[in-house]
Amino acid sequence: MSSVPIIQIRDLRKVYGTGKIAVEALRGVNLDVAKGEFLSIVGPSGSGKSTLFHIVGGLTPPTSGQVIVAGEDVSKVGDAGRTELRRKWVSFVFQKFNLLPNLTARDNIRVALHISGKGDGGFTAEFTKIVDLLAIAGRLDHKPAEMSGGEQQRVAIARALATGPAILLADEPTGNLDTANSLAVLTLLRDLNSRLGQTILMITHNVEAAEYGHRTVHMRDGRIVEN
Amino acid sequence: MIGRLVWENITHRPLRTMLSVLMIAVPVTLILTLIGLSTGFVEDSRRRQNGVGADILVKPRGASIVGFSNSTMPVSLVAKLATEPHVAQAMGQVIATIGGFDAIMGIDPAAFDRMSGGFVFLSGHPLSGPDDLLIDSWYADQRHVQAGGKLNLLNHQWTVAGIVEPGKLGHIFAQIVPLEEVEGGGSGYVSQIYLKLDDKAHTNEVIGALRKKYDEFPIVSMEELQSLISVDKVPLLSTFLLVVEGIGVVIGFLVVSLSMYMAVLQRTREIGILKSLGATKGFIMGLILAEAFFLGLGGTIFGIIFSYGSAGIIHRAMPASLPVAIVYAWWPISGAIAMGAALLGALYPGAIAVRMDPIEALAYE
Repeated sequence: MSSVPIIQIRDLRKVYGTGKIAVEALRGVNLDVAKGEFLSIVGPSGSGKSTLFHIVGGLTPPTSGQVIVAGEDVSKVGDAGRTELRRKWVSFVFQKFNLLPNLTARDNIRVALHISGKGDGGFTAEFTKIVDLLAIAGRLDHKPAEMSGGEQQRVAIARALATGPAILLADEPTGNLDTANSLAVLTLLRDLNSRLGQTILMITHNVEAAEYGHRTVHMRDGRIVEN
Repeated sequence: MIGRLVWENITHRPLRTMLSVLMIAVPVTLILTLIGLSTGFVEDSRRRQNGVGADILVKPRGASIVGFSNSTMPVSLVAKLATEPHVAQAMGQVIATIGGFDAIMGIDPAAFDRMSGGFVFLSGHPLSGPDDLLIDSWYADQRHVQAGGKLNLLNHQWTVAGIVEPGKLGHIFAQIVPLEEVEGGGSGYVSQIYLKLDDKAHTNEVIGALRKKYDEFPIVSMEELQSLISVDKVPLLSTFLLVVEGIGVVIGFLVVSLSMYMAVLQRTREIGILKSLGATKGFIMGLILAEAFFLGLGGTIFGIIFSYGSAGIIHRAMPASLPVAIVYAWWPISGAIAMGAALLGALYPGAIAVRMDPIEALAYE
Protein backbone atom coordinates (compact mmCIF):
# COMPACT_ATOMS: atom_id res chain seq x y z
CA MET A 1 0.00 0.00 0.00
CA SER A 2 1.37 3.41 -1.00
CA SER A 3 1.26 6.44 1.27
CA VAL A 4 0.15 8.56 -1.68
CA PRO A 5 -3.61 9.17 -1.47
CA ILE A 6 -5.49 8.18 -4.61
CA ILE A 7 -8.65 9.76 -3.22
CA GLN A 8 -8.62 13.07 -1.37
CA ILE A 9 -11.88 14.45 -0.04
CA ARG A 10 -12.08 17.87 1.58
CA ASP A 11 -15.14 19.46 3.24
CA LEU A 12 -17.47 17.53 0.94
CA ARG A 13 -21.12 18.52 1.08
CA LYS A 14 -24.12 17.28 -0.82
CA VAL A 15 -27.61 18.70 -0.58
CA TYR A 16 -30.57 17.07 -2.35
CA GLY A 17 -33.55 19.30 -3.17
CA THR A 18 -33.91 22.98 -2.38
CA GLY A 19 -35.62 25.24 0.15
CA LYS A 20 -37.72 23.57 2.83
CA ILE A 21 -37.36 20.12 1.30
CA ALA A 22 -33.56 20.30 1.09
CA VAL A 23 -31.81 17.27 2.59
CA GLU A 24 -28.18 17.48 3.61
CA ALA A 25 -26.76 14.07 2.74
CA LEU A 26 -23.11 14.98 3.36
CA ARG A 27 -22.07 17.65 5.86
CA GLY A 28 -18.38 18.32 5.42
CA VAL A 29 -16.63 15.00 4.87
CA ASN A 30 -12.83 14.82 4.90
CA LEU A 31 -11.13 11.58 3.90
CA ASP A 32 -7.94 10.28 2.29
CA VAL A 33 -7.66 6.85 0.71
CA ALA A 34 -4.18 5.54 -0.06
CA LYS A 35 -3.35 3.79 -3.30
CA GLY A 36 -3.68 0.05 -2.74
CA GLU A 37 -5.80 0.48 0.37
CA PHE A 38 -8.93 -1.58 1.09
CA LEU A 39 -11.18 0.85 2.95
CA SER A 40 -14.53 -0.06 4.44
CA ILE A 41 -17.15 2.59 5.09
CA VAL A 42 -19.76 1.56 7.60
CA GLY A 43 -22.91 3.32 8.65
CA PRO A 44 -26.66 2.95 9.01
CA SER A 45 -29.14 3.83 6.29
CA GLY A 46 -29.18 7.58 5.64
CA SER A 47 -25.68 8.07 7.03
CA GLY A 48 -24.46 9.39 3.65
CA LYS A 49 -22.18 6.49 2.74
CA SER A 50 -23.97 5.79 -0.55
CA THR A 51 -23.88 9.48 -1.48
CA LEU A 52 -20.15 9.54 -0.78
CA PHE A 53 -19.75 6.42 -2.91
CA HIS A 54 -21.71 8.01 -5.79
CA ILE A 55 -19.69 11.22 -5.71
CA VAL A 56 -16.33 9.42 -5.62
CA GLY A 57 -17.54 7.23 -8.51
CA GLY A 58 -18.62 10.24 -10.56
CA LEU A 59 -22.27 9.22 -10.61
CA THR A 60 -23.38 12.55 -9.13
CA PRO A 61 -21.66 15.90 -8.56
CA PRO A 62 -21.04 17.30 -5.07
CA THR A 63 -22.76 20.48 -3.92
CA SER A 64 -19.47 21.86 -2.57
CA GLY A 65 -16.07 20.74 -1.40
CA GLN A 66 -13.22 19.04 -3.19
CA VAL A 67 -12.92 15.44 -4.38
CA ILE A 68 -9.67 14.46 -6.07
CA VAL A 69 -9.73 11.00 -7.63
CA ALA A 70 -6.57 9.74 -9.34
CA GLY A 71 -5.34 13.33 -9.59
CA GLU A 72 -8.57 14.66 -11.14
CA ASP A 73 -10.72 17.12 -9.21
CA VAL A 74 -14.11 15.50 -9.70
CA SER A 75 -15.90 18.46 -8.11
CA LYS A 76 -14.82 20.71 -10.98
CA VAL A 77 -15.73 18.54 -13.95
CA GLY A 78 -19.05 18.34 -15.71
CA ASP A 79 -21.09 15.38 -16.84
CA ALA A 80 -18.61 14.47 -19.59
CA GLY A 81 -15.73 14.60 -17.11
CA ARG A 82 -17.55 12.33 -14.66
CA THR A 83 -18.32 9.91 -17.53
CA GLU A 84 -14.60 9.83 -18.33
CA LEU A 85 -13.80 9.17 -14.66
CA ARG A 86 -16.13 6.15 -14.71
CA ARG A 87 -14.70 4.95 -18.00
CA LYS A 88 -11.03 5.27 -17.07
CA TRP A 89 -10.46 5.28 -13.33
CA VAL A 90 -13.22 3.70 -11.30
CA SER A 91 -15.33 0.56 -11.52
CA PHE A 92 -18.38 -0.46 -9.54
CA VAL A 93 -19.59 -3.61 -7.86
CA PHE A 94 -23.21 -3.22 -6.75
CA GLN A 95 -25.37 -5.01 -4.24
CA LYS A 96 -27.77 -6.06 -7.02
CA PHE A 97 -24.91 -7.18 -9.31
CA ASN A 98 -26.25 -5.01 -12.17
CA LEU A 99 -25.25 -7.29 -15.01
CA LEU A 100 -26.91 -6.67 -18.37
CA PRO A 101 -29.57 -9.40 -18.42
CA ASN A 102 -29.57 -9.90 -22.20
CA LEU A 103 -25.89 -10.71 -22.39
CA THR A 104 -23.74 -13.62 -21.29
CA ALA A 105 -21.13 -13.12 -18.57
CA ARG A 106 -18.44 -12.94 -21.25
CA ASP A 107 -20.34 -10.28 -23.21
CA ASN A 108 -21.02 -8.30 -20.03
CA ILE A 109 -17.26 -8.12 -19.54
CA ARG A 110 -16.65 -7.35 -23.22
CA VAL A 111 -19.13 -4.44 -23.11
CA ALA A 112 -17.19 -2.93 -20.22
CA LEU A 113 -13.94 -3.39 -22.14
CA HIS A 114 -15.48 -1.82 -25.25
CA ILE A 115 -16.81 1.20 -23.37
CA SER A 116 -13.45 1.72 -21.64
CA GLY A 117 -11.80 1.78 -25.06
CA LYS A 118 -9.65 -1.27 -24.32
CA GLY A 119 -11.04 -3.36 -27.16
CA ASP A 120 -13.58 -6.10 -26.87
CA GLY A 121 -11.65 -9.01 -28.34
CA GLY A 122 -10.16 -11.82 -26.30
CA PHE A 123 -9.21 -11.51 -22.65
CA THR A 124 -5.58 -10.77 -21.77
CA ALA A 125 -3.51 -13.41 -19.98
CA GLU A 126 -3.57 -11.23 -16.88
CA PHE A 127 -7.35 -10.99 -16.95
CA THR A 128 -7.71 -14.71 -17.59
CA LYS A 129 -5.87 -15.25 -14.28
CA ILE A 130 -8.43 -13.03 -12.57
CA VAL A 131 -11.24 -15.04 -14.17
CA ASP A 132 -9.62 -18.21 -12.81
CA LEU A 133 -9.20 -16.62 -9.40
CA LEU A 134 -12.90 -15.73 -9.41
CA ALA A 135 -13.74 -19.29 -10.54
CA ILE A 136 -16.12 -18.16 -13.28
CA ALA A 137 -14.33 -19.58 -16.34
CA GLY A 138 -17.02 -22.22 -16.71
CA ARG A 139 -19.86 -19.70 -16.40
CA LEU A 140 -18.74 -17.14 -18.98
CA ASP A 141 -21.20 -18.26 -21.63
CA HIS A 142 -24.20 -18.16 -19.32
CA LYS A 143 -26.62 -15.30 -18.95
CA PRO A 144 -27.20 -13.78 -15.50
CA ALA A 145 -30.55 -15.52 -15.09
CA GLU A 146 -28.74 -18.85 -15.39
CA MET A 147 -26.31 -18.08 -12.58
CA SER A 148 -26.53 -18.02 -8.79
CA GLY A 149 -26.24 -14.75 -6.89
CA GLY A 150 -22.67 -15.58 -5.88
CA GLU A 151 -21.70 -16.32 -9.48
CA GLN A 152 -23.33 -13.13 -10.70
CA GLN A 153 -21.44 -11.10 -8.13
CA ARG A 154 -18.15 -12.73 -9.11
CA VAL A 155 -18.89 -11.90 -12.78
CA ALA A 156 -19.65 -8.33 -11.70
CA ILE A 157 -16.27 -8.20 -9.93
CA ALA A 158 -14.57 -9.59 -13.04
CA ARG A 159 -16.29 -6.98 -15.18
CA ALA A 160 -15.19 -4.25 -12.77
CA LEU A 161 -11.58 -5.44 -12.85
CA ALA A 162 -11.44 -6.09 -16.61
CA THR A 163 -10.80 -2.44 -17.42
CA GLY A 164 -7.94 -2.20 -14.92
CA PRO A 165 -9.48 0.58 -12.81
CA ALA A 166 -7.46 2.59 -10.32
CA ILE A 167 -10.27 2.23 -7.79
CA LEU A 168 -12.86 -0.49 -7.26
CA LEU A 169 -16.00 0.84 -5.58
CA ALA A 170 -18.11 -1.85 -3.96
CA ASP A 171 -21.59 -0.92 -2.72
CA GLU A 172 -22.86 -3.53 -0.26
CA PRO A 173 -21.35 -6.29 -2.43
CA THR A 174 -22.61 -9.01 -0.10
CA GLY A 175 -26.02 -7.50 0.55
CA ASN A 176 -27.86 -9.95 -1.71
CA LEU A 177 -25.78 -13.03 -0.91
CA ASP A 178 -26.04 -15.84 1.60
CA THR A 179 -23.36 -16.30 4.25
CA ALA A 180 -21.18 -18.69 2.25
CA ASN A 181 -21.21 -16.56 -0.88
CA SER A 182 -20.69 -13.41 1.20
CA LEU A 183 -17.56 -14.88 2.74
CA ALA A 184 -16.33 -16.01 -0.68
CA VAL A 185 -16.82 -12.52 -2.21
CA LEU A 186 -15.20 -10.73 0.74
CA THR A 187 -12.25 -13.14 0.65
CA LEU A 188 -11.93 -12.52 -3.08
CA LEU A 189 -11.90 -8.77 -2.61
CA ARG A 190 -9.21 -9.08 0.04
CA ASP A 191 -7.18 -11.42 -2.23
CA LEU A 192 -7.51 -9.05 -5.18
CA ASN A 193 -6.35 -6.21 -2.98
CA SER A 194 -3.36 -8.09 -1.61
CA ARG A 195 -2.35 -9.82 -4.87
CA LEU A 196 -3.00 -7.02 -7.35
CA GLY A 197 -2.69 -4.00 -5.08
CA GLN A 198 -6.18 -2.99 -6.16
CA THR A 199 -7.56 0.02 -4.28
CA ILE A 200 -10.98 -0.89 -2.93
CA LEU A 201 -13.58 1.34 -1.34
CA MET A 202 -16.37 -0.78 0.09
CA ILE A 203 -19.48 0.50 1.76
CA THR A 204 -21.44 -1.81 4.01
CA HIS A 205 -23.72 -1.76 7.01
CA ASN A 206 -22.18 -5.04 8.15
CA VAL A 207 -19.36 -4.54 10.67
CA GLU A 208 -18.02 -8.08 10.15
CA ALA A 209 -17.76 -7.51 6.39
CA ALA A 210 -16.00 -4.22 7.04
CA GLU A 211 -13.26 -6.06 8.94
CA TYR A 212 -11.98 -7.49 5.66
CA GLY A 213 -10.58 -4.05 4.82
CA HIS A 214 -7.40 -2.46 6.13
CA ARG A 215 -9.32 0.34 7.71
CA THR A 216 -12.91 1.14 8.59
CA VAL A 217 -14.57 4.53 8.52
CA HIS A 218 -17.87 5.00 10.34
CA MET A 219 -20.42 7.49 9.07
CA ARG A 220 -23.53 8.96 10.68
CA ASP A 221 -25.79 11.83 9.62
CA GLY A 222 -23.59 12.80 6.71
CA ARG A 223 -20.37 12.96 8.67
CA ILE A 224 -17.43 10.67 9.42
CA VAL A 225 -17.72 9.95 13.11
CA GLU A 226 -14.91 7.43 13.52
CA ASN A 227 -11.84 6.89 11.32
CA MET B 1 -19.80 -5.74 -29.57
CA ILE B 2 -22.25 -2.93 -30.22
CA GLY B 3 -23.97 -5.01 -32.89
CA ARG B 4 -24.23 -7.87 -30.40
CA LEU B 5 -25.72 -5.59 -27.75
CA VAL B 6 -28.26 -4.14 -30.22
CA TRP B 7 -29.16 -7.60 -31.50
CA GLU B 8 -29.63 -8.96 -27.96
CA ASN B 9 -31.80 -5.96 -27.10
CA ILE B 10 -33.96 -6.54 -30.18
CA THR B 11 -34.34 -10.27 -29.59
CA HIS B 12 -34.74 -10.07 -25.82
CA ARG B 13 -38.39 -9.02 -26.14
CA PRO B 14 -39.45 -10.66 -29.39
CA LEU B 15 -43.14 -9.82 -29.11
CA ARG B 16 -42.51 -6.10 -28.64
CA THR B 17 -39.97 -6.15 -31.45
CA MET B 18 -42.33 -8.03 -33.76
CA LEU B 19 -45.21 -5.65 -33.02
CA SER B 20 -42.98 -2.65 -33.72
CA VAL B 21 -41.73 -4.17 -36.96
CA LEU B 22 -45.28 -4.99 -38.08
CA MET B 23 -46.49 -1.50 -37.21
CA ILE B 24 -43.66 0.03 -39.25
CA ALA B 25 -44.51 -2.39 -42.06
CA VAL B 26 -48.03 -0.89 -42.28
CA PRO B 27 -47.05 2.45 -43.87
CA VAL B 28 -44.49 0.70 -46.09
CA THR B 29 -47.24 -1.62 -47.34
CA LEU B 30 -49.60 1.33 -47.72
CA ILE B 31 -47.09 3.31 -49.77
CA LEU B 32 -46.07 0.37 -51.97
CA THR B 33 -49.68 -0.68 -52.57
CA LEU B 34 -50.84 2.78 -53.57
CA ILE B 35 -47.77 3.31 -55.73
CA GLY B 36 -48.45 -0.12 -57.22
CA LEU B 37 -52.06 0.84 -57.92
CA SER B 38 -51.22 4.14 -59.58
CA THR B 39 -48.38 2.60 -61.58
CA GLY B 40 -50.49 -0.41 -62.49
CA PHE B 41 -53.27 1.86 -63.67
CA VAL B 42 -50.87 3.91 -65.77
CA GLU B 43 -49.15 0.85 -67.24
CA ASP B 44 -52.51 -0.75 -68.04
CA SER B 45 -53.70 2.44 -69.77
CA ARG B 46 -50.50 2.64 -71.81
CA ARG B 47 -50.71 -1.02 -72.77
CA ARG B 48 -54.34 -0.69 -73.87
CA GLN B 49 -53.71 2.49 -75.87
CA ASN B 50 -50.75 0.80 -77.52
CA GLY B 51 -52.96 -2.16 -78.35
CA VAL B 52 -55.22 -0.02 -80.52
CA GLY B 53 -52.55 0.09 -83.23
CA ALA B 54 -53.24 3.74 -84.08
CA ASP B 55 -50.70 6.52 -84.75
CA ILE B 56 -52.74 9.61 -83.90
CA LEU B 57 -55.57 10.40 -81.46
CA VAL B 58 -58.11 13.16 -82.06
CA LYS B 59 -60.16 14.26 -79.04
CA PRO B 60 -63.28 16.45 -78.93
CA ARG B 61 -63.15 20.19 -78.38
CA GLY B 62 -62.30 21.03 -74.75
CA ALA B 63 -61.52 17.42 -73.82
CA SER B 64 -58.44 16.46 -71.87
CA ILE B 65 -55.92 14.35 -73.78
CA VAL B 66 -55.57 11.98 -70.84
CA GLY B 67 -58.71 10.57 -69.22
CA PHE B 68 -62.36 10.29 -70.05
CA SER B 69 -64.66 13.23 -70.70
CA ASN B 70 -68.28 13.73 -71.68
CA SER B 71 -67.32 15.77 -74.75
CA THR B 72 -68.19 14.33 -78.15
CA MET B 73 -67.70 15.16 -81.81
CA PRO B 74 -69.78 14.35 -84.88
CA VAL B 75 -69.30 10.92 -86.40
CA SER B 76 -69.06 12.60 -89.82
CA LEU B 77 -65.60 13.81 -88.79
CA VAL B 78 -64.38 10.20 -88.96
CA ALA B 79 -65.04 10.02 -92.70
CA LYS B 80 -63.54 13.47 -93.23
CA LEU B 81 -60.33 12.59 -91.39
CA ALA B 82 -60.08 9.36 -93.36
CA THR B 83 -59.61 11.39 -96.51
CA GLU B 84 -56.68 13.41 -95.17
CA PRO B 85 -53.26 12.75 -96.76
CA HIS B 86 -51.37 9.73 -95.37
CA VAL B 87 -54.38 8.63 -93.26
CA ALA B 88 -54.92 4.96 -94.03
CA GLN B 89 -57.78 4.47 -91.61
CA ALA B 90 -59.91 6.55 -89.21
CA MET B 91 -61.87 4.89 -86.44
CA GLY B 92 -64.45 6.57 -84.22
CA GLN B 93 -65.03 5.31 -80.74
CA VAL B 94 -67.62 5.94 -78.04
CA ILE B 95 -66.79 5.84 -74.33
CA ALA B 96 -69.58 5.15 -71.85
CA THR B 97 -68.37 5.38 -68.26
CA ILE B 98 -69.97 2.94 -65.85
CA GLY B 99 -68.46 4.13 -62.59
CA GLY B 100 -64.99 4.39 -61.10
CA PHE B 101 -62.34 3.98 -63.77
CA ASP B 102 -64.44 1.53 -65.79
CA ALA B 103 -66.05 2.25 -69.13
CA ILE B 104 -67.67 0.42 -72.02
CA MET B 105 -65.81 1.08 -75.26
CA GLY B 106 -68.17 1.45 -78.19
CA ILE B 107 -66.42 0.23 -81.33
CA ASP B 108 -67.07 -0.62 -84.93
CA PRO B 109 -65.86 -4.25 -84.76
CA ALA B 110 -64.68 -4.43 -88.36
CA ALA B 111 -62.77 -1.13 -88.14
CA PHE B 112 -61.28 -2.07 -84.80
CA ASP B 113 -60.11 -5.44 -86.11
CA ARG B 114 -58.50 -3.74 -89.09
CA MET B 115 -56.67 -1.16 -86.98
CA SER B 116 -55.63 -3.28 -84.02
CA GLY B 117 -55.22 -6.66 -85.67
CA GLY B 118 -58.29 -7.98 -83.90
CA PHE B 119 -59.01 -9.50 -80.52
CA VAL B 120 -57.55 -12.78 -79.36
CA PHE B 121 -60.56 -14.77 -78.24
CA LEU B 122 -60.25 -16.99 -75.19
CA SER B 123 -63.87 -18.12 -75.51
CA GLY B 124 -67.10 -17.12 -77.25
CA HIS B 125 -67.50 -15.21 -80.50
CA PRO B 126 -67.22 -11.62 -81.88
CA LEU B 127 -69.84 -8.90 -81.38
CA SER B 128 -72.90 -9.60 -83.52
CA GLY B 129 -76.20 -8.80 -81.79
CA PRO B 130 -77.14 -5.38 -80.30
CA ASP B 131 -76.92 -6.68 -76.71
CA ASP B 132 -73.59 -8.38 -77.21
CA LEU B 133 -70.66 -7.45 -75.04
CA LEU B 134 -67.02 -8.48 -75.28
CA ILE B 135 -64.99 -8.43 -72.09
CA ASP B 136 -61.35 -9.17 -71.44
CA SER B 137 -60.27 -11.99 -69.14
CA TRP B 138 -59.45 -9.57 -66.27
CA TYR B 139 -62.99 -8.17 -66.25
CA ALA B 140 -64.39 -11.67 -66.64
CA ASP B 141 -62.43 -12.75 -63.54
CA GLN B 142 -63.53 -9.64 -61.67
CA ARG B 143 -67.21 -10.21 -62.44
CA HIS B 144 -67.00 -14.01 -62.33
CA VAL B 145 -68.72 -14.29 -65.67
CA GLN B 146 -68.15 -16.55 -68.69
CA ALA B 147 -69.02 -16.34 -72.37
CA GLY B 148 -72.79 -16.63 -72.71
CA GLY B 149 -73.32 -15.11 -69.28
CA LYS B 150 -75.28 -11.94 -68.53
CA LEU B 151 -74.04 -8.59 -67.23
CA ASN B 152 -76.16 -5.64 -66.16
CA LEU B 153 -74.38 -2.41 -67.06
CA LEU B 154 -75.92 1.05 -67.57
CA ASN B 155 -79.24 -0.49 -66.45
CA HIS B 156 -79.16 -2.76 -69.47
CA GLN B 157 -78.92 -6.52 -69.63
CA TRP B 158 -75.99 -7.49 -71.85
CA THR B 159 -74.92 -10.90 -73.08
CA VAL B 160 -71.25 -11.70 -72.88
CA ALA B 161 -70.58 -12.82 -76.44
CA GLY B 162 -66.90 -13.53 -75.91
CA ILE B 163 -63.93 -13.22 -73.61
CA VAL B 164 -60.74 -11.81 -75.09
CA GLU B 165 -57.13 -11.34 -74.02
CA PRO B 166 -56.55 -8.01 -72.22
CA GLY B 167 -54.43 -5.18 -73.61
CA LYS B 168 -56.53 -3.54 -76.33
CA LEU B 169 -58.26 -0.19 -75.78
CA GLY B 170 -60.43 -1.21 -72.79
CA HIS B 171 -61.83 -4.03 -70.74
CA ILE B 172 -65.46 -3.97 -71.99
CA PHE B 173 -66.62 -3.55 -75.60
CA ALA B 174 -69.96 -3.09 -77.33
CA GLN B 175 -71.03 -1.96 -80.77
CA ILE B 176 -71.32 1.83 -81.11
CA VAL B 177 -74.98 2.20 -82.11
CA PRO B 178 -76.52 -0.11 -79.45
CA LEU B 179 -74.29 1.51 -76.81
CA GLU B 180 -75.45 5.00 -77.82
CA GLU B 181 -79.06 3.81 -77.58
CA VAL B 182 -78.50 2.38 -74.11
CA GLU B 183 -76.82 5.61 -73.01
CA GLY B 184 -79.75 7.60 -74.40
CA GLY B 185 -77.59 10.51 -75.49
CA GLY B 186 -78.53 10.34 -79.16
CA SER B 187 -76.53 8.96 -82.03
CA GLY B 188 -74.16 10.40 -84.60
CA TYR B 189 -71.41 11.28 -82.15
CA VAL B 190 -68.11 9.73 -81.09
CA SER B 191 -65.91 10.31 -78.03
CA GLN B 192 -62.58 10.14 -79.85
CA ILE B 193 -61.10 9.22 -83.20
CA TYR B 194 -58.02 7.08 -83.83
CA LEU B 195 -56.03 7.51 -87.05
CA LYS B 196 -53.71 4.97 -88.60
CA LEU B 197 -51.25 6.34 -91.16
CA ASP B 198 -49.90 4.71 -94.26
CA ASP B 199 -46.44 5.31 -92.82
CA LYS B 200 -45.69 6.11 -89.19
CA ALA B 201 -42.85 8.37 -90.35
CA HIS B 202 -45.45 10.93 -91.48
CA THR B 203 -46.92 11.30 -87.99
CA ASN B 204 -45.55 14.77 -87.19
CA GLU B 205 -46.29 16.05 -90.66
CA VAL B 206 -49.90 14.84 -90.49
CA ILE B 207 -50.39 16.18 -86.95
CA GLY B 208 -49.10 19.58 -88.08
CA ALA B 209 -51.50 19.65 -90.99
CA LEU B 210 -54.48 18.47 -88.91
CA ARG B 211 -53.81 20.99 -86.14
CA LYS B 212 -53.96 23.78 -88.73
CA LYS B 213 -57.14 22.48 -90.27
CA TYR B 214 -58.94 21.32 -87.11
CA ASP B 215 -57.42 23.71 -84.60
CA GLU B 216 -60.28 23.34 -82.10
CA PHE B 217 -59.56 19.64 -81.52
CA PRO B 218 -56.75 18.35 -79.33
CA ILE B 219 -54.61 16.12 -81.57
CA VAL B 220 -51.66 14.08 -80.36
CA SER B 221 -49.52 11.24 -81.58
CA MET B 222 -49.90 7.96 -79.73
CA GLU B 223 -46.25 8.27 -78.64
CA GLU B 224 -47.01 11.65 -77.09
CA LEU B 225 -50.11 10.19 -75.46
CA GLN B 226 -48.01 7.39 -73.96
CA SER B 227 -45.62 9.93 -72.45
CA LEU B 228 -48.56 11.93 -71.04
CA ILE B 229 -49.95 8.86 -69.27
CA SER B 230 -47.72 8.89 -66.18
CA VAL B 231 -48.10 9.40 -62.46
CA ASP B 232 -46.14 12.67 -62.61
CA LYS B 233 -48.42 14.12 -65.29
CA VAL B 234 -51.57 13.62 -63.23
CA PRO B 235 -51.53 16.47 -60.68
CA LEU B 236 -54.06 14.98 -58.25
CA LEU B 237 -52.28 11.63 -58.28
CA SER B 238 -48.94 13.24 -57.47
CA THR B 239 -50.49 15.15 -54.57
CA PHE B 240 -52.22 12.00 -53.38
CA LEU B 241 -48.93 10.09 -53.36
CA LEU B 242 -47.24 12.90 -51.43
CA VAL B 243 -50.01 12.72 -48.83
CA VAL B 244 -49.58 8.93 -48.58
CA GLU B 245 -45.81 9.33 -48.11
CA GLY B 246 -46.48 11.93 -45.42
CA ILE B 247 -48.86 9.57 -43.64
CA GLY B 248 -46.20 6.86 -43.88
CA VAL B 249 -43.63 9.11 -42.22
CA VAL B 250 -46.05 10.12 -39.45
CA ILE B 251 -47.11 6.53 -38.70
CA GLY B 252 -43.50 5.30 -38.78
CA PHE B 253 -42.43 8.17 -36.52
CA LEU B 254 -45.20 7.56 -33.97
CA VAL B 255 -44.77 3.79 -33.93
CA VAL B 256 -41.02 3.88 -33.44
CA SER B 257 -41.23 6.73 -30.99
CA LEU B 258 -43.71 4.84 -28.84
CA SER B 259 -41.86 1.57 -29.21
CA MET B 260 -38.47 3.06 -28.36
CA TYR B 261 -39.99 5.08 -25.53
CA MET B 262 -41.29 1.83 -24.06
CA ALA B 263 -37.93 0.19 -24.69
CA VAL B 264 -36.09 3.00 -22.93
CA LEU B 265 -38.44 2.77 -19.94
CA GLN B 266 -38.07 -1.00 -19.80
CA ARG B 267 -34.31 -0.68 -19.98
CA THR B 268 -33.88 2.18 -17.54
CA ARG B 269 -31.78 0.02 -15.24
CA GLU B 270 -29.67 -1.27 -18.14
CA ILE B 271 -29.03 2.28 -19.30
CA GLY B 272 -27.96 3.06 -15.73
CA ILE B 273 -25.56 0.09 -15.83
CA LEU B 274 -24.06 1.29 -19.11
CA LYS B 275 -23.67 4.77 -17.64
CA SER B 276 -21.97 3.35 -14.55
CA LEU B 277 -19.53 1.61 -16.91
CA GLY B 278 -18.69 5.02 -18.42
CA ALA B 279 -20.87 4.88 -21.54
CA THR B 280 -21.00 8.31 -23.17
CA LYS B 281 -24.17 10.06 -24.33
CA GLY B 282 -23.18 9.30 -27.92
CA PHE B 283 -22.79 5.61 -27.12
CA ILE B 284 -26.26 5.36 -25.58
CA MET B 285 -27.91 7.44 -28.32
CA GLY B 286 -26.11 5.27 -30.86
CA LEU B 287 -27.57 2.12 -29.30
CA ILE B 288 -31.12 3.52 -29.42
CA LEU B 289 -30.72 4.73 -33.01
CA ALA B 290 -29.14 1.45 -34.13
CA GLU B 291 -32.08 -0.43 -32.65
CA ALA B 292 -34.53 1.91 -34.40
CA PHE B 293 -32.63 1.43 -37.65
CA PHE B 294 -33.03 -2.34 -37.44
CA LEU B 295 -36.72 -2.00 -36.52
CA GLY B 296 -37.13 0.25 -39.59
CA LEU B 297 -35.23 -2.24 -41.74
CA GLY B 298 -37.38 -5.11 -40.48
CA GLY B 299 -40.51 -3.03 -41.08
CA THR B 300 -39.37 -2.31 -44.62
CA ILE B 301 -38.74 -5.98 -45.39
CA PHE B 302 -42.10 -7.03 -43.96
CA GLY B 303 -43.80 -4.10 -45.70
CA ILE B 304 -42.40 -5.27 -49.05
CA ILE B 305 -43.58 -8.83 -48.36
CA PHE B 306 -47.03 -7.57 -47.33
CA SER B 307 -47.25 -5.42 -50.48
CA TYR B 308 -47.08 -8.64 -52.51
CA GLY B 309 -49.98 -9.93 -50.42
CA SER B 310 -52.06 -6.77 -50.88
CA ALA B 311 -51.28 -6.71 -54.63
CA GLY B 312 -52.37 -10.33 -54.88
CA ILE B 313 -55.62 -9.67 -53.04
CA ILE B 314 -56.43 -6.59 -55.16
CA HIS B 315 -55.55 -8.39 -58.39
CA ARG B 316 -57.72 -11.33 -57.42
CA ALA B 317 -60.66 -9.06 -56.49
CA MET B 318 -60.56 -6.36 -59.20
CA PRO B 319 -57.94 -7.10 -61.85
CA ALA B 320 -59.61 -4.90 -64.46
CA SER B 321 -60.78 -1.93 -62.38
CA LEU B 322 -57.71 -1.78 -60.13
CA PRO B 323 -54.69 -3.07 -62.03
CA VAL B 324 -51.78 -3.21 -59.61
CA ALA B 325 -48.05 -3.47 -60.25
CA ILE B 326 -45.03 -4.26 -58.07
CA VAL B 327 -42.81 -1.19 -58.34
CA TYR B 328 -39.27 -2.23 -57.35
CA ALA B 329 -37.97 1.33 -57.68
CA TRP B 330 -40.10 2.29 -54.68
CA TRP B 331 -38.63 -0.34 -52.36
CA PRO B 332 -35.62 1.79 -51.39
CA ILE B 333 -37.79 4.93 -51.27
CA SER B 334 -40.37 3.39 -48.94
CA GLY B 335 -37.50 1.87 -46.94
CA ALA B 336 -35.85 5.27 -46.61
CA ILE B 337 -39.17 6.79 -45.50
CA ALA B 338 -39.69 4.03 -42.89
CA MET B 339 -36.14 4.15 -41.59
CA GLY B 340 -36.05 7.94 -41.62
CA ALA B 341 -39.26 7.99 -39.61
CA ALA B 342 -37.91 5.29 -37.29
CA LEU B 343 -34.71 7.22 -36.60
CA LEU B 344 -36.67 10.43 -36.13
CA GLY B 345 -39.03 8.63 -33.74
CA ALA B 346 -36.08 7.27 -31.75
CA LEU B 347 -34.53 10.69 -31.15
CA TYR B 348 -36.83 11.70 -28.30
CA PRO B 349 -36.61 8.39 -26.40
CA GLY B 350 -32.88 8.49 -27.09
CA ALA B 351 -32.67 11.97 -25.58
CA ILE B 352 -34.53 10.70 -22.49
CA ALA B 353 -32.06 7.82 -22.15
CA VAL B 354 -29.09 10.13 -22.57
CA ARG B 355 -30.38 12.54 -19.90
CA MET B 356 -31.15 9.80 -17.36
CA ASP B 357 -29.56 10.22 -13.96
CA PRO B 358 -27.38 7.12 -13.51
CA ILE B 359 -28.24 6.75 -9.81
CA GLU B 360 -31.99 6.91 -10.44
CA ALA B 361 -31.62 4.58 -13.40
CA LEU B 362 -29.69 2.03 -11.33
CA ALA B 363 -32.35 2.18 -8.61
CA TYR B 364 -35.16 1.58 -11.13
CA GLU B 365 -37.09 -1.64 -10.53
